[in-house]
Amino acid sequence: MEEIISQIFQVGFFTAMIRIATPFVFATIGELFAERSGVLNLGIEGIMLFGAMTGFSTAYFSNSLWLGILAAMLTGMMMATLMGFLTVSLGLSQHVSGIGITLLSTGFAFFFYRLIFGQPSTLPNIKAFEPVSVPFLKEIPWIGPVLFEQTALTYLAFALVPLAAFLLHQTPWGLNLRTVGENPHAADSAGVSVSAMRYQGLLISGALMGIAGAFLVMVQFNAFTFGVISGRGWICIALVVFGQWGPWKSAAGALLFALIDALQLRLQASSVIELPYQVFLMMPFVLTIVTMTLVSRNARAPSALLIPFRKEER
Amino acid sequence: MAFRLELREQTPVWFNIVLPLSAVLATLLLCSGLVALAGANVFHAYSELFLSAVSSRFNLVETFVKASPLIFTGLAVAVAFRAKFWNIGAEGQLLSGAMAAAYIGGIESLPSFSLVLLMIAASALAGAGWALLPAILRTRFKVDDVVTTLLLNFVMFYVMTALLDGPWKDPLSGYPDSPDIRMDAEFPILLRATRLHLGVLLSLLAAPMIWWLIRRTTLGFSISAVGENPSASAYGGIPITRVLIYTALISGGLAGLAGAGEVGGLHFQVMAGISPGYGYTGIVIAMLARLNPIGVVPAALFFAVVVTGAEAMSRATGVPVFLADVIQGTALVTMLIAQLFTTYRIRTLTTQG
Repeated sequence: MEEIISQIFQVGFFTAMIRIATPFVFATIGELFAERSGVLNLGIEGIMLFGAMTGFSTAYFSNSLWLGILAAMLTGMMMATLMGFLTVSLGLSQHVSGIGITLLSTGFAFFFYRLIFGQPSTLPNIKAFEPVSVPFLKEIPWIGPVLFEQTALTYLAFALVPLAAFLLHQTPWGLNLRTVGENPHAADSAGVSVSAMRYQGLLISGALMGIAGAFLVMVQFNAFTFGVISGRGWICIALVVFGQWGPWKSAAGALLFALIDALQLRLQASSVIELPYQVFLMMPFVLTIVTMTLVSRNARAPSALLIPFRKEER
Repeated sequence: MAFRLELREQTPVWFNIVLPLSAVLATLLLCSGLVALAGANVFHAYSELFLSAVSSRFNLVETFVKASPLIFTGLAVAVAFRAKFWNIGAEGQLLSGAMAAAYIGGIESLPSFSLVLLMIAASALAGAGWALLPAILRTRFKVDDVVTTLLLNFVMFYVMTALLDGPWKDPLSGYPDSPDIRMDAEFPILLRATRLHLGVLLSLLAAPMIWWLIRRTTLGFSISAVGENPSASAYGGIPITRVLIYTALISGGLAGLAGAGEVGGLHFQVMAGISPGYGYTGIVIAMLARLNPIGVVPAALFFAVVVTGAEAMSRATGVPVFLADVIQGTALVTMLIAQLFTTYRIRTLTTQG
């Protein structure tokens, strides 16, 4: 047993964990902004996939990874705008609209990928993001290689957490966004445009979900496959609940989740436990459900989440 | 000229037909842009998409065969959404039903006459069981049902593939497939020289039965009441928890039956690709049918045509087969927008104060 533990918990394991956590941090913080404004963005799974696809294609043809990231962001914002049109402007069911956005984005991703790349015998790939070492800091034993030899996107993701906390809790804009999610009528009386705030929350969510998808194809896998997201988006919905709609706790949830995911990958590879690999793949989903069961009773979602705002109705 | 949205008191019956039709038309119009982008002639592509399904008697029957699992998942979602039990898990419930049916159909010791009946019952139970879990989590622990039903789809998929790769793998097959079910467990074919099997008939019978359940029984009334106004239902003495649990059982059972038809009537085994997303298409179908069980049948037939026709279209014109997926997503979005006309009417205001 001790041997297994020492085999698994090496520096490389934690480096992998931080890398695995990155897309979850992006997408979870994204979802958080939408939900704090009062919109559950179930388009997340499809938006991540579509962002991964446009990000990959752009990077493939332009040879610029950052242009790919930009394309993924814009893709996410485009689909988030449609989500806003359905749920904010038209006040339609957020559940069904979100599923619609996911189905539509998934369809787009498949359709355009096939249109652009056809059915090649070898998977088109790109040169993935290289890790960027932070001078001096990387010298710190243990922490250095784990935290400071990551890709630029990972640094961005972790800088995003304090930034999100600051935006949400220390700025007038954040107060407005949260008020719109808690009590839209009060916000409206105070002269805050409920729909403008909700669109902003959604646009941020779409941009970050797009980046999250792009990260997977530009760092983790360096190629686009149809199953590249495979449920990661849905897990982020759970992470927001787990994090009680706060950026720090949600990011902590993403880390914890990444720990489990990295662990299942290691166990899968180490063959110390003889189990079909599907059992390991299943583990994150089962554990997410278990965690949701433990925290949901005391979870307090933004009061106006799922409720469309219409000025004339009170 | 100005417009104003007004609340509508009642929706005319013809809305049930006109709204889905307009949504479908709008969808085809929007998607024609993609067809053109793919460099194909829109009329040629659409005629391939729709005409291959009705071009021969065999293809017409085949459309019904393809529609059968979609009718079941469409009904499953329609029942669940009526109670606002957000069952996005018909996919996993279908897999669970398919596995149950294949398991029963392979037991050597069962008497021949009972096989088909037992397979049907087992698949419904397995689907219902897999839907019961998220229902309990929602009613007991307040866990959001959208997330759990979605996550459980992945869990069931991995359970299935783990079994197919391991203990349940057909030793005679090089693929991760389950062994074939017994010959006498195969569903009877109802029309000679076609694949029209018992499951198709069951799905067509299920639609009016569910309609009757929703419209004519106390439980059906409660299901709709809980969905429309849970607090008033509770005040009126409807046991909400129990109604939600029953809804989940019915919904999951219907999705499970979709699996029985696919195993007993078509594939005679379980394999990883047994459902190309029938559970998710069921959501689009239920919405297009405005959650009306009878409406599920034409909506499912439409998507059966689209899904099968997409391959013919792709072969003939080179338009990616995934146009079918875009059509599904677009149809759901346009139908949602069309639904607005049921709650609101647009009144044009003539220019004066």
